[in-house]
Amino acid sequence: MSNLFDLLVAGLATGAIYALVAVGFTLLWQTSQTINFAQGEFVMLPAFLMLAAMHAGAPFWLAIILGILLSMLLLGLAFKMLLVDPMMRHGVLPLAIATMALAIGLKEAVKQFFSAEASPFPSIVPTGDIAILGHNVSLQSIGVLVLAILAVFGLTALLNRTSLGHQMQAAAQNPTVARIIGVPVERMILLTFLINAFLVALASLLITPIYLAKFTSGEVLGQAAFIAAIVGGFNQVRGAIAGGLLIGVLDNLAAAYVSTQYRAAVPMIFLIAVILFRPQGLLGRAEERTV
Amino acid sequence: MKSTLLVGALLTAITTTGAFAQAIKLADVAELSGGGATVGTNWKNGIDLAIEEINAKGGVLGRKLEVTHADSQSNPGVARAQVQKALDAEPYVLLGPGYSGSVKVTAPLAAEAGIAQIMGGEAAELTQAGNKFLFRTSFGQQSSMPKVAKYIHDDMKAKSVAVVWVNNDFGRGGRDVVVKELDRLGSKVVADLSTEAGQADFAADVGKIKAANPDAVFVYLNEEESARILKELKRQGVTAPLMGETTLIGQKVIELAGDAANGARGHVGLTTDAPVDLIKTFRDKFAKKYNYVPDHNGLKGYLAVYMVKATTDKMGKVDSKAFADTLHGLTIKAADEPGILMDVTFSDTGDIDRQSFLVEVVEGKQVVKQVLPKVK
Repeated sequence: MSNLFDLLVAGLATGAIYALVAVGFTLLWQTSQTINFAQGEFVMLPAFLMLAAMHAGAPFWLAIILGILLSMLLLGLAFKMLLVDPMMRHGVLPLAIATMALAIGLKEAVKQFFSAEASPFPSIVPTGDIAILGHNVSLQSIGVLVLAILAVFGLTALLNRTSLGHQMQAAAQNPTVARIIGVPVERMILLTFLINAFLVALASLLITPIYLAKFTSGEVLGQAAFIAAIVGGFNQVRGAIAGGLLIGVLDNLAAAYVSTQYRAAVPMIFLIAVILFRPQGLLGRAEERTV
Repeated sequence: MKSTLLVGALLTAITTTGAFAQAIKLADVAELSGGGATVGTNWKNGIDLAIEEINAKGGVLGRKLEVTHADSQSNPGVARAQVQKALDAEPYVLLGPGYSGSVKVTAPLAAEAGIAQIMGGEAAELTQAGNKFLFRTSFGQQSSMPKVAKYIHDDMKAKSVAVVWVNNDFGRGGRDVVVKELDRLGSKVVADLSTEAGQADFAADVGKIKAANPDAVFVYLNEEESARILKELKRQGVTAPLMGETTLIGQKVIELAGDAANGARGHVGLTTDAPVDLIKTFRDKFAKKYNYVPDHNGLKGYLAVYMVKATTDKMGKVDSKAFADTLHGLTIKAADEPGILMDVTFSDTGDIDRQSFLVEVVEGKQVVKQVLPKVK
C-alpha cells in the first residue's frame, strides 16, 4: 500500500511535467494548427541554455531567468516567425514535417556544440523527505508537482478569467469573427507561442535534474506528451492536463504491476483504445474544430 | 655524375631511416554518440592520448601509429557496418567497440578477416565462443562477478539481495553470473528487476526494491542509467547498501549523480584512483589534455594501444596475421612497458588476469578499500 502511494506520487510528479508539455501542444494546435513534433526537443533545449549561462559564470537563479527568456525568444518568437509562418502557407502536413526536421536539427546542434554525453543539472527543489498521511514522500516529487500545478492553474486562470485569455480563445475558435470584433489575432497567436516556450522551459527546469541534460532527453518526453494530449483531448487545455497526469501514473503503475519490459507499451495500448472508442479524447469536444 | 650520386644517396637515406616509413594503421569503432557516448568518448580519448605519446617517442619499431575513429552510435547494427568498413581498409588491429552487444556482432567479422580485435566489452560469453582474434582490455564478467557476489555475501553480510540489471547482452550476462553465485553462497535474490537501456524514470523500479526490503542492492546498469537510479534510490530513501561494478561508481556516474553516489560500492578492474603510480601519471596526463578525469573506459582505450605496441615489439615486426598468436599467453610487465600500467597476462581465450580493486564512493571521490591481487 505504501508502495502504491509512492508510485502515485512519483507518477503524478512525472505526469504533471507531461501535462505542461501537452498543454503546449494543445495551445499551438488550437491557435495556429501547428502540430509541433519538436516539442520534446523544446523541453531538452532550455536546460542546455541554462547550463551554457552557468558555464559562462551566471549563478543558477540568473541562468534560469536567462534560459527562460532565451527559450521564449528562440522557441517562441523565432520558431513562429522563421518556421511556422513561412510553412503554414503550405498546409498543416508540410509544417508538421518541418517540425520533425527541426527536432533532428536541435538534437544534432546540441550534440555538436555541447556534447553527446549527459550532464548533471541542479534541482530547484531541495532533496529530502516530507511526511504526508503517514508516508515519507520526497520533497522533489512534491515540489515538481506543486510547481507544475501552479503553472497550469495560472494558465487556466489567464485563459478563462482575463480579457487577454478571452481574446486568445476567440482567436483560436474563430479567427475571422475575432478579427471583425477587433481582437489582434496575430498578436494572440504569437502570445500562445511565447506561453508554450515558457511552459517547456519550466518543464525543462523541473525534469532535467531527474532525467539529466542530454541531447536525446526530449524523445521520451515529446512522445509521452503527444500521447497525453491525444488521450486527454487535443483541443482542450484541461484534457491535456488530465492526459498528462493519467499517462504519468499509468506508466509508473504499469512498470510496477505489469512488467518493466512492457511499460512503454501500456500507454500506447491505452492510446489506441482512446482513438478507437473516443477519438476526440477523454475531455475533448468533437465539434470544436474541423480540419 | 656527382649530382646523380648525391640524389641516390639521399633517396637511400630517406628509405632506410624510416622517417618516411608507412604508418601503422589502426581502426577504432566506438560509441561516440547515443546511450554509450560516455563509454566511447573516454575510450577514444584514451586511444588518442596513447598514440600521441608513442608517436612522440618515435612510434612502434620506428613507424608512426595512425587511427581512424568511427561512430557506432551505440547501436550494434551500425557497429557491424562500421567494423566491416574499417576491415575493408585492412587495419593492423581493430580497436573497440565498448558495448558487449556490439562486440558480439562484430567479432565474427574481424575473426573472418584474421584481424585481432581489442575491445572494451565485459559480457562473459564474448570470449567463450572460441574466437581466436578477440582480446579484452578489462575483466570479463566470469572473473569479476564471483568476486562481487563473494563481497556481498561475506563482507556486506547480505542474506537478501535485490538485483537490478539492464536488459542487454552486458546486463543479462552479469545478472546471470551474479545470481548463480549469490544462490551458491546462500544469499537470496528477493527482487530481480530488468530495466531498459536509456530508461529515464526509475521510480517504479525503486518502488519495487523498497517493497522487497533487501539487505543489499546490486545495481548493474550503464553509466547514465546508474546515475538516474542512484538519484531515485536517494529520492525514495532506500538505505540498503549498494554494490555494483565499475559502471556504478565510475567518474561520470559520480559527476551525474552527485551526492546520491556517496556510499555506493563496486568491484573495479580499472580505476584512475588506483594506488598505482603509473595510473596516477596517466590520470594527470589525460586530465591535462581533455580537462576532465577519465573513467575506466579512458584507461581501456589507452591500454588497448599499448597492448598493440607491446605485442608488436615482442614480435619485432608488424604482422597482423601473427599478432593474435603472439598476444595469447603473453605477460606484459609494467616495468618493461610502462604504458601497460599494471602487469597483465592474456589467456588463450583473450581474457586477462590483473590485480583489481574494491572501491567506495566517499564524498564524491572513489576511495580504494581493498586491492585484490592477480590470480596467477
